[in-house]
Amino acid sequence: MPGSIKDRVAIVGMGCTQFGELWGKGPTDLIVEAVNEALADAGIEMKDVQAAWGGTLFSGAGGRTVSEALRSQYIPVTRVENACGSGHEAVRGASYAIAAGIYDICLAVGYEKLKDEGMSGLPGMENRTNTHYQSSMPGVFAIMATRYFNRYGLSPEEGKSMLGKISVKSHRNGAMNPKAHLRREITLEQVLNAPIIAWPLGLFDCCGVSDGGAAAILVRADMVKNFPNRPVYIKALQICASPTTGRMVTDYDYTHVEEAHRAGIAAYKEAGITNPRKEISMAEVHDCFSITEAVTMEDLQFSPRGRVKEDVDAGVFTLEGELPVQPDGGLKCFGHPIGASGIRMLYEPYLQFQGKAGQRQLKDPKLALAHNMGNEPYAPVVSVCIVGT
Amino acid sequence: MVGITSYGAYIPWHRMNREDCVKAWGGFAMPGERAVAYYDEDSLTMAVDAARDALADFDSTKVDGLFFATTSSPYREKQCAAIMAWPLNLRNNIRSVDVSTSLKSGTSALALAVDSIKAGTLNSALVTAADLRLGAPAGMLEQQVGDGAAAFLLGRENVIAEIIGMYSVADELVGTWRSSEDFYLRSWEDRMIMDEGYAKILPEAMAGVLKLCELTPKDITKVVFDPPADARRHGKVVSQAGFEPGQAQDIYGLYLNVGITGSAMAPMMLVAALEDAKPGDKILFAGSGDGADAFILQVTDQITKLKPRRGIKQNLVSKRVMANYNDYMRWRDMVPLEAARRPDKQHIRLSANWRERKQLLGLWGVKCLKCGTPQYDNGAATTGPIRICAGCQAQDAFEDYPFAHRKATVFSYTQDNLAPVIDPPASVVLVEFEGGGRAFFDLTDRDPAKVEIGMPVEMTFRKLQLDRGITNYFWKARPIR
Repeated sequence: MPGSIKDRVAIVGMGCTQFGELWGKGPTDLIVEAVNEALADAGIEMKDVQAAWGGTLFSGAGGRTVSEALRSQYIPVTRVENACGSGHEAVRGASYAIAAGIYDICLAVGYEKLKDEGMSGLPGMENRTNTHYQSSMPGVFAIMATRYFNRYGLSPEEGKSMLGKISVKSHRNGAMNPKAHLRREITLEQVLNAPIIAWPLGLFDCCGVSDGGAAAILVRADMVKNFPNRPVYIKALQICASPTTGRMVTDYDYTHVEEAHRAGIAAYKEAGITNPRKEISMAEVHDCFSITEAVTMEDLQFSPRGRVKEDVDAGVFTLEGELPVQPDGGLKCFGHPIGASGIRMLYEPYLQFQGKAGQRQLKDPKLALAHNMGNEPYAPVVSVCIVGT
Repeated sequence: MVGITSYGAYIPWHRMNREDCVKAWGGFAMPGERAVAYYDEDSLTMAVDAARDALADFDSTKVDGLFFATTSSPYREKQCAAIMAWPLNLRNNIRSVDVSTSLKSGTSALALAVDSIKAGTLNSALVTAADLRLGAPAGMLEQQVGDGAAAFLLGRENVIAEIIGMYSVADELVGTWRSSEDFYLRSWEDRMIMDEGYAKILPEAMAGVLKLCELTPKDITKVVFDPPADARRHGKVVSQAGFEPGQAQDIYGLYLNVGITGSAMAPMMLVAALEDAKPGDKILFAGSGDGADAFILQVTDQITKLKPRRGIKQNLVSKRVMANYNDYMRWRDMVPLEAARRPDKQHIRLSANWRERKQLLGLWGVKCLKCGTPQYDNGAATTGPIRICAGCQAQDAFEDYPFAHRKATVFSYTQDNLAPVIDPPASVVLVEFEGGGRAFFDLTDRDPAKVEIGMPVEMTFRKLQLDRGITNYFWKARPIR
């Protein structure tokens, strides 16, 4: 019988760098700045940390990248990589080690320096080794949008408008977030008139490419009284890896992400949630593209299948709505420094629970969900982390 | 009886209006259009397409030999026929031969194959000829040449056109040439080539084969041979050789719509002649270049039983006229362009390609023996065969399952402006095959505006990438032509 992480580990400190095109900063800066903030927030020093996990896809190799940056003194440091889900993987490593009773205080840090390539996009994603077709990442998600529109009878205009509203909502939130990369409100008209990146996705349907880092200090739940802040407990952390058969067999509809659906079910079970839409106060989901956010609302059972448009149109996911999604601006406004995103997604709930979310502050949030997804819609690793007080 | 048992042809979907050359460079426009191989085509892929047309309803595993004729091999050292055997699903114990460098290599390959069968060495052979030759920008050759391919299946049984005589002449006259360093065609003065080469050698070869077979020009239903650069001179040779104008196979269908296709020109004209041939017809077929090869073909009753193929007729009408000359320069890599601001592609790894040659070059997938799911793997994180079934997780319980000949429909697609491709957008499709199985492929020979869910597609053998002199061949989907 599998065990549960619920309420066994608490986050007592977090840090998050400014996200953006940080021409003047390298991976070391991102690690040091995120960890410094987290340590200070938790009221501890690096020497108090017993083990660390660093999540990154491209920035450095081995645990050394983190131990070197922090000059940590001979503690175990592990680099984890689970594609775009590397941030959550770092949290998972740290929290499971604590739950196993091996350590009391652990560090999880996610970081990515993407803007050292001299070009937009991710370095080396065209180099997937056994892929003999030529699509970009926006392309493989665009294929999902094409199919979604077709399956649910949305005209290209209706479909693009639905997706556009998702981006407009996220930009509105991101504009209120000093740490976001893109901090400008946009209009639906701007979204619809923007250049097409991969039909039907346009410029504003795609998240930015940025540098960033985020860190969390995790401790055994019974130690929280030793730390100054209101603790945020991990209620569930479930990862679901794809057999990647959706590109090979015909039973996959390409209008949902099965792994997200299953990770959601597992996380709700672990957290004891029976009605996600009612019980979840806010969600930070992996909106690498607007269509990803749309289908994720359905995968996580926030919206009925094929009907997310009704909820988008009704403003359910806005800051004032029934279930705010991407209150911090999401990947849309933060960009997606791969390893950092999963932990950045937990930073916003952490602020919200502390009442430190400024203009974006929600009223009395109880449970927050962070959804982190790596790789293509037919082949992802998805993690769902639920946190609460 | 030894002769042709089937034929096929290939003409690229893209055509360039010859006036576009003049819009770009000035000068005189020849009438009509020329066929332009797409950026993912070369002489090898065109020959494969023509051969697949010829083999459509034949058992490819009964073919004993493959002869590939071209003057534009993608390799100076490395055989093309050995590559082509995979997409054509031939056995490995075949005689594979590249015949190269001469414009008559197409007819010479045909003669070699006929001899091999007559000698009893081979029971059947596939002869392909294809060319993609480049005239330098702003010249007349650029307008005159075109890209295309033809293929003939030869054997002893069910012969549609028996080859009853062959006669060859070798002639040293440097007319057009490319040295091992030349990218573009070079040519001596047309008039001298025609007066001293073409107009003398072809009649000599034709007279030779007629005499050999104890025939006279009036016994011949059609005389089929390639035109020179100045097409009007073709008619002159027809009469010089003793034929009436009405006996000559039309040259203008190809000349005005495709261009002169090098070593494939005479073979393509023979395909066109066979499309209209009737039982009892006698065809005099010849190809020129460094001399000439001439053949007498006797058309049999069997020709009425050969199912219609794409051939010349259907290929001619299936086309898209290119928007401008710039695309042509870009597809042929004639001008250095700013590199896409995307990460460099990784190098081709020959060992991995070799390991997966059956999947990559043959488009073979597997079918699960337990659950019956056909599957093809394009897009895995690492190379490697399918070991565990995508349908039922049974391990190593598969039979080989071919996808190359299956029709498919578009399940979803994107038009990707970000992916670094030579003719953006990258049209990427997720297709579902008749009989099961789905996979992502590039969609080629497409009008982006006409791509839609449910669109029927077929598979075509193309080149993906050129890296360190290695051409990476693979399959793409294309709208059914």
